[in-house]
Amino acid sequence: MTRTAFERQLAEIQEDMLVQASMVERAIGRSIQALKNRDADLARQIIADDVKINHKRYETEEKCVKLIATQQPLASDLRTIVAVLHIIVDLERMGDYAEGTAKIALTLADQPPVKPYIDIPRMAQVAIRMLTGSLEAFKNRNACLARDICNQDDEVDALYDQVYRELLTFMLNDPKTIERSTHLIWVAHNLERIADRVTNLCERVVYLVEGKVEELNVSRY
Amino acid sequence: MIRERLQEIANERPVVAPAQRDAEPMSAPAAAETVAEARHLSVWYGDFQALRDVSLSVLGRRITAIIGPSGCGKSTLIRCFNRMNDLIPGFRTDGEVQFEGRNIYARGVDPVEVRRRIGMVFQKPNPFPKSISENVAFGARVNGYVGRLDEIVERALRQAALWDEVKDKLHKNALTLSGGQQQRLCIARALAIEPEVILMDEPCSALDPVATLKIEDLMRDLIRSYAIVIVTHNMQQAARVADYSAVMMMAPDRAGEMIECGLTREVFTNPTDKRTEDYITGRFG
Repeated sequence: MTRTAFERQLAEIQEDMLVQASMVERAIGRSIQALKNRDADLARQIIADDVKINHKRYETEEKCVKLIATQQPLASDLRTIVAVLHIIVDLERMGDYAEGTAKIALTLADQPPVKPYIDIPRMAQVAIRMLTGSLEAFKNRNACLARDICNQDDEVDALYDQVYRELLTFMLNDPKTIERSTHLIWVAHNLERIADRVTNLCERVVYLVEGKVEELNVSRY
Repeated sequence: MIRERLQEIANERPVVAPAQRDAEPMSAPAAAETVAEARHLSVWYGDFQALRDVSLSVLGRRITAIIGPSGCGKSTLIRCFNRMNDLIPGFRTDGEVQFEGRNIYARGVDPVEVRRRIGMVFQKPNPFPKSISENVAFGARVNGYVGRLDEIVERALRQAALWDEVKDKLHKNALTLSGGQQQRLCIARALAIEPEVILMDEPCSALDPVATLKIEDLMRDLIRSYAIVIVTHNMQQAARVADYSAVMMMAPDRAGEMIECGLTREVFTNPTDKRTEDYITGRFG
């Protein structure tokens, strides 16, 4: 016996979650692009698009609640819905971090950069790679991959450390850079938080596959 | 000053304590004693094997649910715990059902005494066509109780959460009660003879959702004093009320087998057997 309608709805919430994830992934990449290129128009666009990410989260959440209320899901079906419910919240927050970076990009668009951006784009690259990998782990129900991805969070933390110290040095040498540097520390902080949220996502993948909630990587920050 | 402070910050590694886990690991409820136990129990009705090698512990002050698709032997198993199958032609067993240190199927064990200690509530409420009071007192009366029956009636009706609804009409015919009230009356009747274990064979299948929830609340109250075994087709009910769940399946030769038994929250969120997963998610059975 199969539950055709239920299985379709279950597939749909996972599809919706992946669509939201791709919107978030794009927002992160574009926010760093806007910062690097001092592109105010792009920054405004990212800020406007965040509403769509939030909307997607609530839409998926509503579908999940409806499924729980009407289909009484159990076992792996229940774990899937619970995992999706958690992940869409983490994705929404990642979108908010990208929006925050876009706002900073907008503020800094008409000011000269403190320094060429090297480590911040690297942080973004690692964070996006982690996000993509965690979604792959979700799709393939691969707990091993999820655990591996969590370990990459240390790379982001180390880069954050580096950016933080470097910018402090700039501020010490030239107090006129304090405002711009502080903004950049916020950008690096946003990226560090994004990577941290990805580890939450990985924890949900492990829960989905193995049925146990496990804290995989405790961020230093 | 600010420069010095900034330099200080630049030199020190940020130290942030790792977040503590809020959630405690999932753990089993406090230990409970086994009050009845099926050990390698097999049952036949003539040539047909209805149960094969089933083992199940019934723990005191806990609810154990038996779930599984139709025909998998759930009712046969629960009825073995108080020898309700004895009168079915061709019925025979292998293995044991232990209660208070002895096999209830051993030679010389009185099935009536077993049923006094292990009471039963059936699928359909089956009050006798007598007054409410006489229904509850019936068991005590036939067991030769000579004390004050009205005290027994009140205690049992209170335990069954029915007293407030019927205290002013104890002499009315029990058949005038609603289905849910009749079922609680049958529970009161079972409680009146102070059993150790209460067996419930789909006790809510004939009841509406409100009456069902009242019975479920009652079951949670009753486990302060009794062990309960419930057979149910309603998996949500098992998930709501049971501490432990046992899953049965029919083998290819149609004999019932126990495929999984454990803490209800484990069985319903992360079952170990693929057949349990398929059954409880509605993809099988």
